[in-house]
Amino acid sequence: MENANNKTIITVLGHDTVGIIAKVCTYLAENNINVLDISQTIVSGYFNMMMIVDMTGAKVPFADCAAALEQLGEQIGVAIKCQKEEIFEKMHRI
Amino acid sequence: MINIWEVEETNKMIEQENLDVRTITLGISLMDCIDSDLEQLNKKIYDKITTTAKDLVSVGEQIEKEYCIPIVNKRISVTPIALVGSAACKTPEDFVTIAKTLDRAAKEVGVNFLGGYSALVSKGMTRGEELLIRSIPQALAQTDVVCSSVNVGSTKTGINMDAVRLMGEMITATAEATKDKAVNGCAKLVVFCNAPDDNPFMAGAFHGVTEADAIINVGVSGPGVMRTALTKVRGENFEVLCETIKKTAFKITRVGQLVAQEASRRLGIPFGIIDLSLAPTPAIGDSVADILQEIGLEYAGAPGTTAALAMLNDQVKKGGVMASSYVGGLSGAFIPVSEDQGMINAATVGALTVEKLEAMTCVCSVGLDMIAIPGDTKPTTIAGIIADEMAIGMVNQKTTAARLIPCPGKQVGDTVEFGGLLGHAPVMPVNPYSCDAFVNRTGRIPAPIHSFKN
Repeated sequence: MENANNKTIITVLGHDTVGIIAKVCTYLAENNINVLDISQTIVSGYFNMMMIVDMTGAKVPFADCAAALEQLGEQIGVAIKCQKEEIFEKMHRI
Repeated sequence: MINIWEVEETNKMIEQENLDVRTITLGISLMDCIDSDLEQLNKKIYDKITTTAKDLVSVGEQIEKEYCIPIVNKRISVTPIALVGSAACKTPEDFVTIAKTLDRAAKEVGVNFLGGYSALVSKGMTRGEELLIRSIPQALAQTDVVCSSVNVGSTKTGINMDAVRLMGEMITATAEATKDKAVNGCAKLVVFCNAPDDNPFMAGAFHGVTEADAIINVGVSGPGVMRTALTKVRGENFEVLCETIKKTAFKITRVGQLVAQEASRRLGIPFGIIDLSLAPTPAIGDSVADILQEIGLEYAGAPGTTAALAMLNDQVKKGGVMASSYVGGLSGAFIPVSEDQGMINAATVGALTVEKLEAMTCVCSVGLDMIAIPGDTKPTTIAGIIADEMAIGMVNQKTTAARLIPCPGKQVGDTVEFGGLLGHAPVMPVNPYSCDAFVNRTGRIPAPIHSFKN
């Protein structure tokens, strides 16, 4: 049984290249996953992006989504990671 | 909402600083398995463990994937077997059959250690408890993942010196029985004073008789995260240093709390406690000794070590208790020699001695841990070292323990390889003078005066 809180943090880390956000967002849209927030920085050529998404209406379970995005990352040449939001909430909020 | 810097900080801790949850330990009561028929008893134990823990490993792995946080160990602790087996076991060999059953059950559910091959004899030994203790060398030699512990003293009862003397002999016998397996029997055997009922860490975990039918206890870790945080406050005063330790301990513990709650919810088993311990591993950077060095010591063991460790331990607890309402187990900084590269280095250059480690155990959890000593150390000398360590625990109303590893055929200066999480250790010198006449007195050391609080 997965947790009722469906917010997930997706992080993308790697060399900057054309279309990273487009490809990730296409996958999310196809699977009915809603993007709540995006922020990104580029530090010495490294692309660092974080998305907060809501998986409430997602067509795929969390584990499949995480695996698919990891595979997509490998194709683009970046590291994509999905984590449930609570780990960050717990650590950084009282 | 969570921001990108917070996400980056957490992931850096996990990926670069070895942040992990060290163990989810499922405590299982075996009281309802008690039977006077040995075969029936073994069957009931096997069935209870394999039923209660069947989803433990898969749930642990599921949580790991969802939060991308490693949960290094999934383990089981059971009711002290001396209690469970007394009605059925008439010889040490009978107890060994239970050890083998535990080993089989643990392997069936996929956990890497099972603790609770234990006896609680802080005041006296029943016949069954003595038989279990006498079976320990063979039980540990004939199994792979079973861990054993014996509680030989407490602040309330004093120290059972008959049990201490017997443990000196059993540790020597265990070393001999497992000398072909890198003396791993002694790495799986710990002697306690004031043993807690809810410790999730091996080798000392057992499911106390005060506990419920099943319970989830979680041990957090994170020496690497602590050390990295402290590199940013080099040269600052103690107030800044303590604040940094507390904040870092808070963050580490919150992750443990999350994992504990999730495991408890998904397994449908109540959450017991979080054990706030900085538990090192042999991995580079995952070291308590490195933290002490970062605080300002050339090596662990240098003058100032006890003070630095006392402060570290206290601040870890102060930060950690804010992060979880149920803190228990051992909760402190572990100082095992072989499992901590910084400790190994300090022992190798001679900065760290058994005597200094003993002083350090006055202010930290848990005790003289994973210390390799020469194989020809007399059983009475081992008992003397245990008695000293137990006295520290008894008088200071804290848990202390001894996990000593006499290495057959090895001398001071040799190195012993235990493998995996257990690491390797230099054989350390032991005080050569005799305590035979002291240890050979029978009976017990009375409880200290300040234990009479009623």
